[in-house]
Amino acid sequence: MGSGHVHRLHLPGHSPVHRLPAHTKLVAVLAFVLVVVSTPREAVWAYPGYALLLAGVARTARVPAGFALRRMAVEVPFVAFALLLPFVAQGARTEVLGVQLSVSGLWGAWNILAKGTLGVGASVLLAATTELRDLLLGLQRLRMPPLLVQIASFMLRYGDVIADELARMRIARESRGFRARGPRAWAVLARTAGALFIRTYERGERVHLAMVSRGYTGTMPVTAGSSATRAQWSAALALPAAALAVCLPAWTL
Amino acid sequence: MHVPDGFLDAPTSLATGVTAAGAVALSLRGARRELSASPVTGATAGAAGPGAERTAPLAGLAAAFIFAVQMLNFPVAAGTSGHLLGGALAAILVGPFTGVLCVSVVLLLQAIMFADGGLTALGTNITCMAVVTVVVAHLVFRTLLRVLPAGRSTVTASAFVAALVSVPASALFFTLLYAVGGTTDVPIGRVAAAMGGVHVLIGIGEGVITALTVGAVVAVRPDLVHGARGLARPLKLKVNGELVDAPARQAAPAAAPRSSRAVWLTGLAASLVLAGFVSFYASASPDGLEKVAADHGIDKAAEEHAVADGPLADYGVGGVDDERLSAGLAGVIGVGVTAAVGTGVLLVVRRRGTTARSAADGAAVREAAAGRPEA
Repeated sequence: MGSGHVHRLHLPGHSPVHRLPAHTKLVAVLAFVLVVVSTPREAVWAYPGYALLLAGVARTARVPAGFALRRMAVEVPFVAFALLLPFVAQGARTEVLGVQLSVSGLWGAWNILAKGTLGVGASVLLAATTELRDLLLGLQRLRMPPLLVQIASFMLRYGDVIADELARMRIARESRGFRARGPRAWAVLARTAGALFIRTYERGERVHLAMVSRGYTGTMPVTAGSSATRAQWSAALALPAAALAVCLPAWTL
Repeated sequence: MHVPDGFLDAPTSLATGVTAAGAVALSLRGARRELSASPVTGATAGAAGPGAERTAPLAGLAAAFIFAVQMLNFPVAAGTSGHLLGGALAAILVGPFTGVLCVSVVLLLQAIMFADGGLTALGTNITCMAVVTVVVAHLVFRTLLRVLPAGRSTVTASAFVAALVSVPASALFFTLLYAVGGTTDVPIGRVAAAMGGVHVLIGIGEGVITALTVGAVVAVRPDLVHGARGLARPLKLKVNGELVDAPARQAAPAAAPRSSRAVWLTGLAASLVLAGFVSFYASASPDGLEKVAADHGIDKAAEEHAVADGPLADYGVGGVDDERLSAGLAGVIGVGVTAAVGTGVLLVVRRRGTTARSAADGAAVREAAAGRPEA
């Protein structure tokens, strides 16, 4: 939850995966995750196949395994939840190492772990090989409302500025001898949040006026009109196609 | 906590995805209205409709604020700490539509950039954490503001209750989704009780922090708090040592043309009170028909309802032992869900009607509804 806001997600590079247009990669990742999610959980053998496919993409993109694995730590809370499932689920029980576990709970835990991990892996690879701004423009190409894309890009552009403002406030608090210990410090911290809101909102008003004075009317000009060629599309869609090839026998068998 | 891929089955994910897309589309329109006029100058401008060009910078910065405020750690005890979820705070500070947008954008970026929450579960995450949290917080907040006497402490107290209620409401909504489309057979009643219990505790923290934050903003810039705009006092000028009202640029007839809304909110409050508190003291015997059926043994043949194992089965929250408390809780949740669904339908229908008219007409109606004459 709180640990999600770590920077350095993008790994600059010039691999074939990096060079693909963002919207083809978005479609590919979404299709891949859809295929994974729709695979029946009893087809245990299909999941290592998917993992191999992702590993192949990571190798082509020259993303180091350590980087990808460290970024995948965001799913830890759900691993904890998944590990609880065999103990709380109902239904038939089985004995594993002398502990009574629910069969459906074990399947459920496996289901969440396998699909969640593959989904996180695919997203991590996407973020590592694509610039954040390109991702947003890719979303716009995929018909996400332009206003939403603008809001998201404003958030991206000013996210670091606002976070720095918060960091400066923390330094100011601590240089005056404040140490947050226990709920008694909440009033001070909440006042910090309140001040941050006022500064953020006023910054928003200044940004708006500055943009209006430069001729902004509510829409952003689209400068990069790079559409994808057929070769790029087929390269991007190779991943979900391969996943589908793994998935089909899983459905029929 | 963000839902990963494969947690809910495909139909449920699809349904929540459609719900989320609809809610975000609705919010995009609503946010323009909320951000169209600056609270200070009342200026409206723009070629692409009123406020279109204010929406992106202000909503974007507000989203950045929510993003940053989630990084602020609040120490609890013994080295543990929590952080704000921010849904209720967004609803109160920038309004419900902009609030939904801000939290949704934060969730979207977390999903595609930090892999926090699955791509196929994005709809579920937005529905639970953005829509339900913000809408519940807004409804509770507005209701309390209307019922309680106007004042700064009322705003703070209402913010506390709104944030407190919004967190377990979101958790229980997620439990409901899990009951419908979960991929594992777990005792839903117990899960609901556990989720509710834990999230009431989280909600208390959220409520305290939200109330303190809103209080801090209201003390300095009440005009920036969307939920407390009625509190902004008119500007005074000191002329020859005497305080006189500044020439009003926005004469705000605050609550004049909102009689239908007042009726609506009173009704909601009454049903919440009835469902939550009166059912607390209501007869434990079943309703007339069930009583008769039981007396005559008709109900032996009656089959259990399909959702008899559901979290709200028999109008009680499963896993909550106290029967009266359980019934009260179930009532409040029921009213909340019904009101939310009903309002959604109503809003969609009304919006259709509005768009049918000419655009200028619609803008005028919206201006009138907002009680804000052209400056």
